[in-house]
Amino acid sequence: MAGAEGDDSLYPIAVLIDELRNEDVQLRLNSIKKLSTIALALGVERTRTELLPFLTDTIYDEDEVLLALAEQLGSFTVLVGGPEFVHNLLPPLESLATVEETVVRDKAVESLRKISQEHSPVDLEVHFVPLVKRLASGDWFTSRTSACGLFSVCYPRVSSSVKADIRQHFRTLCSDDTPMVRRAAASKLGEFAKVLELDYVKSDIIPLFTALASDEQDSVRLLAVEAGVSIATLLPQEDLEALVMATLRQAAEDKSWRVRYMVADKFSELQKAVGPEITKTDLVPAFQNLLKDCEAEVRAAAANKVKVFCENLPEDSRETIIMTHILPCVKELVSDTNQHVKSALASVIMSLSTILGKDNTVEHLLPLFLVQLKDECPEVRLNIISNLDCVNEVIGIRQLSQSLLPAIVELAEDAKWRVRLAIIEYMPLLAGQLGVEFFDEKLNSLCMAWLIDHVFAIREAATCNLMKLVEKFGAVWAQNTIVPKVLGMANDSNYLHRMTTLFCINALSEVCGQEITTKHMLPVVLKMSTDQVANVRFNVARSLQKIGPVLDSSALQAEVKPVLEKLATDQDMDVKYFALEAISVLALA
Amino acid sequence: MDGDGEGQSRWCLSQVKGAIDDDVAEADIISAVEFSHSGELLATGDRGGRIVIFQQEQENKNLPQGRAEYNVYSTFQSHEPEFDYLKSLEIEEKINKIRWLPQKNAAHFLLSTNDKTVKLWKISERDKRPEGYNLKEEDGRYRHPSSLTTLRVPVFQPMDLMVEASPRRVYANAHTYHINSISVNSDNETYLSADDLRINLWHLDFTDRSFNIVDIKPANMEELTEVITASEFHPLQCNTFVYGSSKGSVRLCDMRASALCDQHSKLFEEPEDPSTRSFFSEIISSISDVKFSHSGRYMMTRDYLTLKIWDLHMESRPVETYQVHGYLRSKLCSLYENDCIFDKFECCWGGDDSEVMTGSYNNFFRMFDRDAQRDVTLEASWENGSPGCPLKSWRVSAGSRRKRSEIGVDCLDFSRKILYTSWHPQDSIVALATVNNLYIFQEKPN
Repeated sequence: MAGAEGDDSLYPIAVLIDELRNEDVQLRLNSIKKLSTIALALGVERTRTELLPFLTDTIYDEDEVLLALAEQLGSFTVLVGGPEFVHNLLPPLESLATVEETVVRDKAVESLRKISQEHSPVDLEVHFVPLVKRLASGDWFTSRTSACGLFSVCYPRVSSSVKADIRQHFRTLCSDDTPMVRRAAASKLGEFAKVLELDYVKSDIIPLFTALASDEQDSVRLLAVEAGVSIATLLPQEDLEALVMATLRQAAEDKSWRVRYMVADKFSELQKAVGPEITKTDLVPAFQNLLKDCEAEVRAAAANKVKVFCENLPEDSRETIIMTHILPCVKELVSDTNQHVKSALASVIMSLSTILGKDNTVEHLLPLFLVQLKDECPEVRLNIISNLDCVNEVIGIRQLSQSLLPAIVELAEDAKWRVRLAIIEYMPLLAGQLGVEFFDEKLNSLCMAWLIDHVFAIREAATCNLMKLVEKFGAVWAQNTIVPKVLGMANDSNYLHRMTTLFCINALSEVCGQEITTKHMLPVVLKMSTDQVANVRFNVARSLQKIGPVLDSSALQAEVKPVLEKLATDQDMDVKYFALEAISVLALA
Repeated sequence: MDGDGEGQSRWCLSQVKGAIDDDVAEADIISAVEFSHSGELLATGDRGGRIVIFQQEQENKNLPQGRAEYNVYSTFQSHEPEFDYLKSLEIEEKINKIRWLPQKNAAHFLLSTNDKTVKLWKISERDKRPEGYNLKEEDGRYRHPSSLTTLRVPVFQPMDLMVEASPRRVYANAHTYHINSISVNSDNETYLSADDLRINLWHLDFTDRSFNIVDIKPANMEELTEVITASEFHPLQCNTFVYGSSKGSVRLCDMRASALCDQHSKLFEEPEDPSTRSFFSEIISSISDVKFSHSGRYMMTRDYLTLKIWDLHMESRPVETYQVHGYLRSKLCSLYENDCIFDKFECCWGGDDSEVMTGSYNNFFRMFDRDAQRDVTLEASWENGSPGCPLKSWRVSAGSRRKRSEIGVDCLDFSRKILYTSWHPQDSIVALATVNNLYIFQEKPN
């Protein structure tokens, strides 16, 4: 063996190590992703004394490399010698926690949180807590923002004097000069509150929450809303009013729409956190205001919550509250000037019927559905249609169909093909909800009309729709209702319609089964092989290829094969090509 | 109000950067000057799309009478010329604005923009490099794998300081018209970019989306009467920004009120004096720059002839108005013919908001002391006086008889203009650009 003193097994590792500093980012990234292999080869001792110091200094690299590194280090404990040595991982993660790129810092913090669990309580105080304090008092806000996410993981496992120290550091960060740090602190406030003793939540967290919720920057205030929700879940019911409600009420009426948006967005969490009594006294009026907010973004966010809010209202007074307080606002939103608001409402309004029952639905909700179904914005109409099933359960199909059908028909004939397309996609759903009898009576003709739409995308979707309908209603239904109509189009003077027949057959043959395919469809396809338009002829070849597997071998040999052979000698190149392809796929050669 | 009169100012020339040569390449013409927030760095951008960053020498700073020398720290190509094939338009590489971000770690970050695209640059130092390969020597010669007996982990060794500029983000495809302003929000995570008709709000971390916060494009472009000329965020209130228009008004918007700030909350506009109304009235009232004071209480606007300072609490008229070069009022016709009337002069605040500065023609620049109500006209010139010597102050006279420190209006050179100026955020140091030269002046302590 050449080079007896060399060790061949080292070679791949040597390459990996060298590529840690290759000029090509991709190679560096590969190496970093195999860091565990390198560490394994070096052994725990050299990993600690050589590899980690190198990695600590390697923060100049590209973000993606640093991101991968930060992630790797989160599961590196075994490779440095187990929990006893886990603190060796802190220096590289500390330097990664100060880089400017948010994703890298977040990943470093995530890994730090992970390995904090592997520290013994002593190591936590000796190594981890000092690191948190260093970051928290760093010169640059990047390190201070990273520190915010580390308090909650070390707090529960340290002595009470260190706990006091940690609380103090967190307090300091909450009043940091830079909004970035205050934002980071505000977003971790709820999480930190969860690990604190209840007395400290009251004495420490509440003042911080109040301060952050009235910060001069609305970007900080809006994050305090979420913290408020978490804090509210921690407090006993009797303390809520005194400690958090004033601040939350203030947030719901904040001057900045972004803060109000946040309140609207977190409304159902808030509702759960404060319980039924406060919901009745405070949240109902607040919710009404949000639904009437002057900023459309806020109204839309609130409209999205209508269903969940109503569902979670205390049962005893639910109907009264909805009827007297919520429904009037909802009625106004139905004719809102902003389409996002209307469409948000349309996506949830139908589900109110389950809560309110049949009589209220017919009397109060149905008129609203109808208004929204006629809305000029297609998204609003679609949101209504896609939720028809909830109403169906409550008021029954007859009533629903009488009122809704005209609107659906109108959409089905909309001048915008994208609207028609969307309606087609809901057809199978509607068909399922309405039943076969009703479908035949009212919607079948629409489905057939789409097959001769002048937009290809519609014809294609209509074909696919037929297949789904057959899946729902069965082959017998297909044979009686749609197959004759589809096959009839084979004699149409427009070659595009003749091709639609073929496309339909492609889609339907499998769901209709062998008998219908052989008896009814195949003759039509074969007959079309003499069509004068080449496009039709080559689609015959493709159709035969497609339906071949459904047919039995005698039909294939006796009927399909001669036709394909004939097409294979067609003067048109494409026809030839597809005929030959079909022959080879169906193994008829 | 009539200046220091004759004699010397307290300002003296500190440095001149750039080739002193009459033959100036188009690409070398400076188009942006901006001090960083600490004043330690000074960036210039030029029509060639390059950015040059100067760093203040640390050791000289503490010397008595020490002149804070700025030396080249980093030079890089920020923008390249491009071609928009859809619109058949050339996109110049010229840097329109540079804005520094507040420092977030050891590296420095700045935003630079040309007509269409904003870029975020990182300027960082490196003083260590890894050494030690397994399979090759440091000089690149390959080692035979068979000689491999043990693995080597590279080690970082000190090296000569290297400054790197790397592009971190490119915020493109959001502007149909030419970007005239960028401004970083005090929340440290968003910034705005303004073009002729729209203002967009970006998050620094996201390049694929921006929010349109102002849109003054009329449905029918024939009804267009006004364009946005400058825009800036309030230095302390993250929800407040202003934009100035070609009609001379400035609108203040509150982003708390609604997502789209089509409705302004304040409109700063001075009623026009009917007696001075002329064909040029609208052109010369166009706002060429708007800057908040460091305190956030005041706002300064520059139009063609004047510098106005507004109290944010009073919309009806400015609290102070300074004539920058009132003697040009009689020359507007010829200034219109040679297009000078469309020059966009910038303005800037002194570190403690008590002084303001803006540029003029003939390489003159004007400084106004707000408390003492004094003003001075100084010249950026390397010929008159060596570094360290106090600058003499000039007067422009309309008459024919003049004293030694006077110059006639007809003798002014309109091709030499000072459009771009920046004031050190703390110290009495100003930087301004004449055609291709960067001048740095410093105030002598009393």
